Amino acid sequence: MKVTVDQDKCVASGQCVVAAPEVFDQRDEDGIAVLLDAEPPAERADGVRHAAAVCPALAIGIQD
Amino acid sequence: MTSTVNAVDERAAGAPEFPMARAAGCPFDPPPALRDRQQEGPLSRVRLWDGSTPWLVTRYADQRALLADPRVSADITRPGYPLQSPLPPGGSGVSFILKDDPEHARLRRMVTAPFAIKRVEAMRPGVQKIVDDLIDDLLAGPKPVDLVDAFALPVPSLVICQLLGVPYADHDFFQTNSKVIINLDVTPEQRSAAHGNLIGYLNDLMGEKIADPVDDLLSGLATRVTAGELSREEAAQMGVLLLIAGHETTANMIALGTLALFEHPDQLALLRDTDDPALVSSAVEELLRYLHITHNGRRRVATEDIEIAGEVIRAGEGLILANDIANRDPEVFAEPDRLDIRRDARRHVAFGFGVHQCLGQPLARMELQVVYGTLYRRIPTLRPATELERIPFKHDGSVYGVYELPVTW
Ligand code: HEM
Ligand code: SF4
Repeated sequence: MKVTVDQDKCVASGQCVVAAPEVFDQRDEDGIAVLLDAEPPAERADGVRHAAAVCPALAIGIQD
Repeated sequence: MTSTVNAVDERAAGAPEFPMARAAGCPFDPPPALRDRQQEGPLSRVRLWDGSTPWLVTRYADQRALLADPRVSADITRPGYPLQSPLPPGGSGVSFILKDDPEHARLRRMVTAPFAIKRVEAMRPGVQKIVDDLIDDLLAGPKPVDLVDAFALPVPSLVICQLLGVPYADHDFFQTNSKVIINLDVTPEQRSAAHGNLIGYLNDLMGEKIADPVDDLLSGLATRVTAGELSREEAAQMGVLLLIAGHETTANMIALGTLALFEHPDQLALLRDTDDPALVSSAVEELLRYLHITHNGRRRVATEDIEIAGEVIRAGEGLILANDIANRDPEVFAEPDRLDIRRDARRHVAFGFGVHQCLGQPLARMELQVVYGTLYRRIPTLRPATELERIPFKHDGSVYGVYELPVTW
C-alpha cells in the first residue's frame, strides 16, 4: 500500500493521527499532516483506510 | 425546458418551512418531517424565515461531497446564503468559520497547532483535574443541583479559558453574551450588541497580550499581530470565535449526553462499569452522532452550477446540509435510531465535513472522554431530579441542548 498526503489541502484535523498513529503525524508549527511511513505494512491497512475515509479535506490518497 | 423551470418553481412554492419541529416526547430525534424528506429523496426545497427557498440536502454521501466541494461557499455575505436569522447591522465581523479559502485557510492555520492531537493529549491530565475538582464540589454541595450550571458549563469554559489565556473570573460576562449570539429568537440589534461586547473584551485582552505575551493561544496571536501577519481586529474576531465555539457546544454535549444516558439506562450502565478507554471513546462518538447538537444544518451557497443526485444546483442557490439526518442515514448506520455506545460511529458528521470541519474536535473529544469516563463512575447513583417532560430543551438555539438539568444522587 502506498499513501500520500496533500499538505495544501490538509486542515490539520488530526483524524489520521488518531486512526493510524504509526503512519501519520502532525507538524509542530501548524498541525498539518506528515507521513511517517509512505508504504505501511499490511497490518496498518485498515487504519490507513479509515483515515482516508474520515479525512475532512480528502487529502489522503491510497494506492494498493 | 419551460416545464422543468415550472417544476422547480412549483417545488419552491410548496416548500415546507425549515427548521422543522421535533416530535413531542422525542427530544433526541430529528424532526419527523425532516426524516420524511430524506426518505423521499436526496434533494428538495425548504422555506426559511425570510421566504427564501434553499436546497435541503438529506443524505450522508451527498452532504459530504458538497461540504468538500470548492464550488460551495461558507461566506455569509454572499447573495443566496441561507441565513439563520437577519444579518446583524454593520456586517457580521466573524472570523474564518464564515469565510472561504484562501482567506479561511490563512487564518485557520494560525491556530491549528494547539489543537494537534499530541498537544491536546498533553492537556488531558489538566482536564481530568478540572473534572475531578468540580465533581468534589458537587458531592460536597447541596442536592438536587443543576448539572448545566454546576458542571457542564464550567468544564469547557475553564478549559478554553486556560487554552486561550482568558480570565475565568469573566465567565458570567462571556457566557451571557455567547448565549445571546447563538439564540435565534433575539433581535439582530441584540445579537450585534452582544457580539460587540465580546469583540471589545477580546480587543482589550489582545492589547494586554501584545504588551506582555505569555504562553497561551491569544499571546500566540498577539505575536503575529506584532509581526504584522494579522490585524488586531482579526485577532479579536478569532478570539471571539474560539471562545464561543469552545464552551457552548461541549457544554451542551455534556448535559444532553447525560440526559440521553439517563433515558438509556443499559447504555449508562455499560459506561459506568467500564474502565476501557476504547469503550469510553466509542461512547463519545456515538453520542455525538446520535445527538447531533448543531441541529440547524450546515449552511452554504453554490458559487457555480453543481450537478449532484440527478439535479443541478445553480450558482447563487443556497444549500442546507442537514447533518443531523445524515447521522441517522440508514445507508451508513445500521438501526440509526438506536443509541448503541458499542457501535463504530466514527464516520459521523457531528463536526461537519470539508475545510470547515470543527477546529476544536480533538479538544472536544478529549474533554467528553474525560467527562463521560469519570462522572458516572464517581457518582454511580447520579439520576435526574425531575421528569423528562419538565426539562427545557433549546429548540430556539442554533446549538441544541438543555437549559437546565436538575440531578441528584
Ligand atoms: C462537542 C463539541 C463541538 C461540536 C459538536 C462542534 C461542532 C462544529 C461544527 C459542526 C462545525 C462546522 C461548522 C460549519 O461547517 O459550518 C464546527 C466548526 C468550528 N468549531 Fe466546533 N464543535 C465543538 C467544539 C468545539 C471546540 C471545543 C472548539 C474550540 C476550541 C470549536 C471551534 C470551532 C471552530 C473554530 C470552527 C470553525 C472551523 C472552520 O471554519 O474552519 N468547536 N464545530
Ligand atoms: S485527517 Fe486529513 S485534514 Fe486531518 S490532519 Fe490528516 S490529512 Fe490533514
